[in-house]
Amino acid sequence: MSLRIKKGIPLIDQYDKNCMWGGKFGGNFVPETLKKPIDDLTKLFEKLRKDKSFLKERDDYFKNYVGSPTPLIRLDNLTDYLGGAQIWAKVVSENPGTAHKVYNVLVHCLMARRAGKKYVCTDTGAGMNGKNLAMVGKMLGLKVKIFMGLVDIKRQKKNVDVMKKYGAEVVPVTTGSQTLVDAVSECMRYFVANCDTTHLVVGSAVGPAIWIRICAWSAAQISRELIVQIKEEFGKIPKKLKLLNCIGGGSSALGFWNEFIDYDKKQVELIGVEAGGSKKSKKHAAPLTNGSKIGILHGSAQYVIQDADGQIGETESISAGLDYPGISAIHCFLKDTKRARYTSATDEEALNAYKLVSKFENISPSLEPSHAFAEAIRIAPKLSKDTVLIINSCGHSLKDSIIIKSKLGYYTE
Amino acid sequence: MKSEIQLAFENCKKEKRPALITYTVASDPNKKKSLEILKSLAKYADILELGFPHSTPIGDGGQIQTSSHRAIKNGFKMKDAFQIVKSFKKTEKNKPVILMGYYNMIFQYGENKFLIDCKKSGVSGIICVDLPWPENKIFAKKCKKKSIVFVQLLAPTTTKERMKKIIRDSDSMNYLISILGTTGSKLKVSPKKILENYNKIKRINPKKNLVIGFGITDSTISSFKSASGLVVGSLLCKTITNSLKMRINPATKLLKTVYNLKKKII
Ligand SMILES: Cc1ncc(COP(=O)(O)O)c(C=O)c1O
Repeated sequence: MSLRIKKGIPLIDQYDKNCMWGGKFGGNFVPETLKKPIDDLTKLFEKLRKDKSFLKERDDYFKNYVGSPTPLIRLDNLTDYLGGAQIWAKVVSENPGTAHKVYNVLVHCLMARRAGKKYVCTDTGAGMNGKNLAMVGKMLGLKVKIFMGLVDIKRQKKNVDVMKKYGAEVVPVTTGSQTLVDAVSECMRYFVANCDTTHLVVGSAVGPAIWIRICAWSAAQISRELIVQIKEEFGKIPKKLKLLNCIGGGSSALGFWNEFIDYDKKQVELIGVEAGGSKKSKKHAAPLTNGSKIGILHGSAQYVIQDADGQIGETESISAGLDYPGISAIHCFLKDTKRARYTSATDEEALNAYKLVSKFENISPSLEPSHAFAEAIRIAPKLSKDTVLIINSCGHSLKDSIIIKSKLGYYTE
Repeated sequence: MKSEIQLAFENCKKEKRPALITYTVASDPNKKKSLEILKSLAKYADILELGFPHSTPIGDGGQIQTSSHRAIKNGFKMKDAFQIVKSFKKTEKNKPVILMGYYNMIFQYGENKFLIDCKKSGVSGIICVDLPWPENKIFAKKCKKKSIVFVQLLAPTTTKERMKKIIRDSDSMNYLISILGTTGSKLKVSPKKILENYNKIKRINPKKNLVIGFGITDSTISSFKSASGLVVGSLLCKTITNSLKMRINPATKLLKTVYNLKKKII
């Protein structure tokens, strides 16, 4: 039986009695201890998403704290240089936390407050999620604990400094590859031991089903803004529109695409760009592009990089935020239903994209969205002038200044 | 026919003591040594849990993580777990072995093939850390068909209503996680409190063997003598780690450890 997306129903609600999308992605593969917290969180979410006062509170923070809408801008110089499709960027990074992670973080913190929890914990790779939780947590009076791999603490030090400045505790994770996958594991372990007092924020649309759903629901603000902005700019949804987004766990893409799922894919193409790793290395972080098998990681069934035995594989990417062996169950569903197309960009292509974009335009995307720009640069010259490419510029490059400088010899903010 | 697990519990009941259940990781520190370790433990333990190590164990604390990573690094493959059990059962026919691990490993092996190989090698029971009830219903039924005990886990967060349903669907043995935490956590709650909870759960169906695990060490074990069985894992993994550091044979060291544990519950 081929999988189908149901029209008119949010993607986050298209799961079955086992909390699985398409009968095979997602679920709750968790230790017994977490069953009750998952149940409680699910009930709370279902209540609050219908609660007018909660929605108003959320929207007030989106408007006054995040800033709404984030800009949609035409990249004239890049468009002229590439000589094909029109290239646009939604500069989601124009918010106090310089990344889309703020949406998920805000919703979780507001939920934690309603649940009477004073402590929040999270994982982080690029440090964007950690930084946002540190900032929002402080604003809302919550105590914040952040798990981060030692490799990432070193390569994303700028964000670590911000987390500490806002009073968060950063716990270095020294197991395994000391990157995001290990941080998520360690954070889940911490939650297993402290679920009575602590609210868990998962940094992307991964983990047990309820965290996938809350994350995608929160980030959907991006596409609610975008669809209005597109209609203002073009009068309607263009005949040939392509929405490009980098994919780590996949939260920014789900937020960017949410309002466009029901459009015909011939009109609105959704393109996800995974991290292909270094050209010289066999390692990558692109389970969808490279045809990884379904497995279970962090409580959820998904396409995941693993060996024949089911041991999770090591990944490698210049971008800490994309350096993760798994992928949101909802993206697996979008892949199998063929609603979205997935590809990857190498470290070198992402760096080159950063170079071009920051040279030609007044924006400075971090290495994660640079992967999406890389795909735009590849395809734009071959496309007609009435094709509109919009890239989710979901992170600012400042956190990557050290890596960029070491690779390119300079860094422009 | 009664399972080896059931017989082991009955035997302990006759001796008016809890069953001593050990947990070690297959191929820790390597395949051959882990078999030798099982044989050492079998001298005093009543049931042996053998973990098949996973790279991403979200329910395990530091000690078991260390053992798991060591085993994987030393080349552990799923088939090794079955070979270890098979060799063990050649000399220790009646000592029940329970395989324990994470679902992805079973999923990749194939549930049916996994159970066939369990049967062939002499595995008596299975604990799957991240396949909770009711998601485990289908797999638990398959186990039952093969006369393999699928051990259900119960946690401090499990509601009474849920407990009843899980126990209703369970085989002869269930496992109570003593505290909120991963394996190897400190006992954050007094043994008295844990036993109060234990007794409440035990009353739901007194015929089922209910064992306690997590936080059981040589210094806490004697407080839990009234339980049907007690699982010790992290202490043993830590002992292996320390033995390797001190360049002594972990199997010899563990023989002393398990002897000590046993002494405290008889
Ligand atoms: C700027 C930025 N973009 C993208 C990602 C990848 O996450 P996701 O795929 O969930 O959007 C991260 C993760 O840290 C990030 O910081």
